[in-house]
Amino acid sequence: MTLTINGNAMDVPETVSSVSDLITHLELGSKRLVVEVNQEIIDKSMHAEQQLTNGDRVEIVHFVGGG
Amino acid sequence: MSHNRYSRQTLFSPIGETGQEKLKQSHVLIVGAGALGTSISEILARAGVGKLSIVDRDYVEWSNLQRQQLYTEEDAQNRIPKAVSAERRLKQVNSEITIQGHVADVSVEEIERYITGVDLIIDATDNFETRMLLNDASQKYNVPWIYGGCTGSHGLTFTVIPEKTPCFACLLGAIPMSGETCDTVGIISPAVQMVTAHQATEAFKILVGDYDGLRNTLLFFDLWKNEQASIKVASMQKKECPSCGDSPSYPYLNKENQTRTAILCGRDTVQIRPPHMFERDLSTLKQKLQRLDGKVEANPFLINLSIDNQRMVIFKDGRVLVHGTKDITTAKSLYNRYIGG
Repeated sequence: MTLTINGNAMDVPETVSSVSDLITHLELGSKRLVVEVNQEIIDKSMHAEQQLTNGDRVEIVHFVGGG
Repeated sequence: MSHNRYSRQTLFSPIGETGQEKLKQSHVLIVGAGALGTSISEILARAGVGKLSIVDRDYVEWSNLQRQQLYTEEDAQNRIPKAVSAERRLKQVNSEITIQGHVADVSVEEIERYITGVDLIIDATDNFETRMLLNDASQKYNVPWIYGGCTGSHGLTFTVIPEKTPCFACLLGAIPMSGETCDTVGIISPAVQMVTAHQATEAFKILVGDYDGLRNTLLFFDLWKNEQASIKVASMQKKECPSCGDSPSYPYLNKENQTRTAILCGRDTVQIRPPHMFERDLSTLKQKLQRLDGKVEANPFLINLSIDNQRMVIFKDGRVLVHGTKDITTAKSLYNRYIGG
């Protein structure tokens, strides 16, 4: 399916069906994240349950320490 | 105003003459004088913020010059503490404001001292532990702060207003593993400038009192990948948050939770802080170290000791940086051998 991630269209493989899958696919699993799907924040406890569908707008922000 | 130096800023109506006077009456604490800190302190100094306090624990190195805009080759050559060099340069930029540089590591004692009379804190640190400390102090003393972070070509920022927005602990949860904070992936200067552009603009809004104009989102960008996100995070505020919730305990202001040693971001360096603040007698120590079989170089702010393929930098405020190791035990044993508790 195709998702819009941080403003850019991205094709993701069929193995990606939940927010957790997407995080793994993007190799962001070890990071502190804020995830929003269609303008709604998805709490970390819901990442595995939250399903994604074609065309969803996903924002994924990871905190960085540099400065 | 004799030189009309702020005319283009006062013409900008959301600031105007009234806002300019408010900037003049303001005191901003900038924690960190690396890439973010040099950029934002120059913006705020040129803009005429009346008082700037800048705290940094490090000294200038060659690898800083690519993006840390207040420093020169001479600063790197002479290992000048960043807070000293930043103060010197900013005073040349604007002699009409008060600028104070402090060579110090910001922990509990320091933040409680420096926060007095401050209208706003700018986060220009390079680690999450200090940010959590700023976050707790912000809540306890009711002073807003603006988070900024960047690595590679991406960055993010969020403005924390006590009692109005979620705090940083609500957003972040626990402190990420140390690997997350190290800039092993490098950094390009535009990512720094993008973060400080947002931080500075939010700072102006707060200082002139335009709270309605605040962005209210967690802002993220990646300049190389052309990504951006601006997320409304109001729903992330937690009633049980230990920093901003109904019965806060401010865990990061508890001295027992503070580490006395820290591995510096991407530097292969361990910092050791003595348990209590004191002013080290550098000239006596220099004489003592010169008797050893090593090389001793000093400036008025620090001593650089190279011995047995190791290098240590000893600051007047008591701290020591042990270079060439990430191992705290190794660092401590070198500290004890050459400098002593």
